[in-house]
Amino acid sequence: MLRFLIRRLLMMIPLMLGITLISFVVIHLAPGEPTDMQTQLNPETGVELRERLRAQYDLDKPLLVQYGSWLGRLVQLDFGKSFSQDHRPVGEKVLERLPITIGINLLSIAVILLVSVPIGILSATKQNSGFDRLTTVFVFIGFATPSFWLALLLMDVLGVRLGVLPISGIKSMGHEYLGPLEQWLDTLRHLILPVFVSAFGGVAGFSRYMRSNMLEVVRQDYILTARAKGLGERAVIYRHALRNALLPVITILGLSVPGLIGGSVIFETIFAIPGMGKLFYDGVMMRDYPLIMGILVIGAFLTLVGNLLADLGYALADPRIRNA
Amino acid sequence: MRFCMVLILMLVLLGGCRKSEENSSAAAPGPESLEPVKGDTLLMGSIGDASNLLPVLASDASSSDINGLVYNGLVRYDKELKFEGELAESWEISEDNLTFTFHLRKGVKWHDGAPFTSADVLFTYELLIDPKTPTAYAERYLQVASAEAPDPYTFVVRYEKPLASALISWGFAVHPRHLLEGVEITQSPLSRSPVGTGPYRFAQWLPGEKVVLESNPDYFEGEPNLRRIVYRIIPDESTMFLELKAGGLDYMGLSPLQFDRMSDSESFRKKFNKYRYPAFAYTYLGYNLRNPLFEDRRVRQALGHAIDKQELIEGVLLGLGQEATGPYKPGTWSHNPDVKRYAFDPVKAKALLAEAGWVDTDDDGLLDKDGRPFAFTIVTNQGNDQRIKTGEIIQIRLKDIGIEVKLRVIEWASFLKEFINPGNFEATILGWTVPIDPDGYNVWHSSKTGPGELNFVGFANAEVDELLEKGRRSLDLEQRRAYYYRFQEILAEEQPYNFLYVPETLPVVSSRFRGIEVAPAGIMHNLIDWYVPLGLQKYAR
Repeated sequence: MLRFLIRRLLMMIPLMLGITLISFVVIHLAPGEPTDMQTQLNPETGVELRERLRAQYDLDKPLLVQYGSWLGRLVQLDFGKSFSQDHRPVGEKVLERLPITIGINLLSIAVILLVSVPIGILSATKQNSGFDRLTTVFVFIGFATPSFWLALLLMDVLGVRLGVLPISGIKSMGHEYLGPLEQWLDTLRHLILPVFVSAFGGVAGFSRYMRSNMLEVVRQDYILTARAKGLGERAVIYRHALRNALLPVITILGLSVPGLIGGSVIFETIFAIPGMGKLFYDGVMMRDYPLIMGILVIGAFLTLVGNLLADLGYALADPRIRNA
Repeated sequence: MRFCMVLILMLVLLGGCRKSEENSSAAAPGPESLEPVKGDTLLMGSIGDASNLLPVLASDASSSDINGLVYNGLVRYDKELKFEGELAESWEISEDNLTFTFHLRKGVKWHDGAPFTSADVLFTYELLIDPKTPTAYAERYLQVASAEAPDPYTFVVRYEKPLASALISWGFAVHPRHLLEGVEITQSPLSRSPVGTGPYRFAQWLPGEKVVLESNPDYFEGEPNLRRIVYRIIPDESTMFLELKAGGLDYMGLSPLQFDRMSDSESFRKKFNKYRYPAFAYTYLGYNLRNPLFEDRRVRQALGHAIDKQELIEGVLLGLGQEATGPYKPGTWSHNPDVKRYAFDPVKAKALLAEAGWVDTDDDGLLDKDGRPFAFTIVTNQGNDQRIKTGEIIQIRLKDIGIEVKLRVIEWASFLKEFINPGNFEATILGWTVPIDPDGYNVWHSSKTGPGELNFVGFANAEVDELLEKGRRSLDLEQRRAYYYRFQEILAEEQPYNFLYVPETLPVVSSRFRGIEVAPAGIMHNLIDWYVPLGLQKYAR
């Protein structure tokens, strides 16, 4: 087991190198440069000034040299300074935005699991019942609803017409004058709509997934055995079937580790939440190379770690895999 | 004796008068009081977060808006767009137009209490021209021959050649020397918490969330009425509008759709005041003049007749705009209202095209010449719906007279790099903002047609070159007006662009704010005089 772990960890090094090199080259292949935002179509800048700015960002050096110096900084865990006009360290910009993104993602994963696992089980055990049909309809609606539209609709009804929930942002005006408990409640109130909207599509998909898993498991021989030895239906479903049906959830959770730091641009834009999605999107639009690379590296690292964790978790949970 | 009587009578009358005034204000207390008072907060919606609060490093609109309240320049444009002193009390320009002497205000303090002097101005100039400063503004200051600060309240600059835009270039925000000297500018903490001399002091910045400014009690023009100004960052236009309606914002810029259709209810009109005035911007269809298709002036004029600008204004701006006839804003001193106009007239357009050799010889509905059909592609950038809609309407209109137009929408950075800068396009829909100084040298002079330069349509006209050179070297308003009037006549005749429309700025402000005054400069020019009557104030803290 330990040797397996070490081997997997060592394998990650060349993998990371490959990922970063390819990302670095691809990003620089995209037309446009970070200095363009400041200098293009700006009547006040001339060619000379443009070159001066390029030199300041080392953009006049060969690509591999740029990659080398970037990598040199990275191994010291320095993501470099943003090429955007604020010139701030990339690490700082990312850290500033991580908590809210991770928070919303964790909450929405929790909501998804809490809602969709019971729905999935019920619609599998009562296949083709009225409830099953209802959830099927709900799932199609869930898949088909554009999240930005749902968000705007809810904001208009709950925020403007009824005035019961805040519309956007994560804090009210005057948040800093509230007591600690009130501050928490205030933020929580702000999170209701974003978490609901981001979980909405997920619930639809995941409950469907849960249902088909469950349906497959109940057809297995060991379920037949359980029933044959006279166990009650509850015990059969919740002790024997559920555990096996939940196995693939580990994979899903593992895969969602990198997703934890990735936000959705549309979603964050609509709710005016300063999260990772918007940071990355703006970075790409401005060709802010150090920022893009920084987020990609963190994302790639988390993907690899997530995969590893999922494999380990699987091995722990499923004796068939452990012994294979 | 008699005189005494009169005096007494007058005193009584005056006294009585004052008394009745007191009575009337006592009878109608609170909200209706028109006395400007201090207090309350203005919540402004901003699409983008600020990037850098050191003006020398920032070039985005959000940062500029905030910096405009935190910093001052030596001079500024007043509400009528005429020069007035800001940190400079007065200035003199030498006979030869080469030397500018600014006399600075005394007693002005930086937000941290340090005195403001000419050393700060000199330092700002040196910062701007320092090759180590990554600034987009160096160009104008590199033309300065020498700058000096002979005493703490005098600043003198000399130029080698007269420069019309020299004076307004000293409207650039003055940076505090005592906090920035000897510091690597990109690493200065001031880029996140600025210190200026302006009416508002920086208080707080939560990245991606909001920027808070507080009134400066020591401001040299007097403390502003509104205690606090908060820029809330809301990247989505629809969300911003919902926030406005729910009371989470007091100010935003509306889109034509929001202005015309979505804010028409009685309750909205009660809660908000909408304003409209022409923006300092125009949208145009630019032809690549190096392309044989557009070489013939008659073809460009025909396209002028084929496109219905009024239809564009109705369709794209819902009527909230006006026809553009040239590169200047209608109503400003440099704008020539009497240039040649191109009325919508497809018949005339066809006749002009026929004259230029374009006729439909093979009856396929498309004009052709030498066996080649008249077809071209308009490129524009992604993310600007107005430009895309404009393109679609133009597409239909040109189809009517037998020209096939394709529309291509490309992401901004690629659009510039692959199409505009190398001159690799046939026609493009773009917009320019109109600077208050009419110098159009960088956009229209024939020396600026190189790759990456702004005359990317390749316009070259000897007379225009001469007019532009004269215009930027003259400081005499009447003389400049004559140059630029003639310049606009030539542009109207030559049609290197089809100047399409000037959109309107459509701000909306909560009706509790008073003292707002619409002027040629917009509504923000007297922000420090805005106030909320006591009874209507919303935010106590």
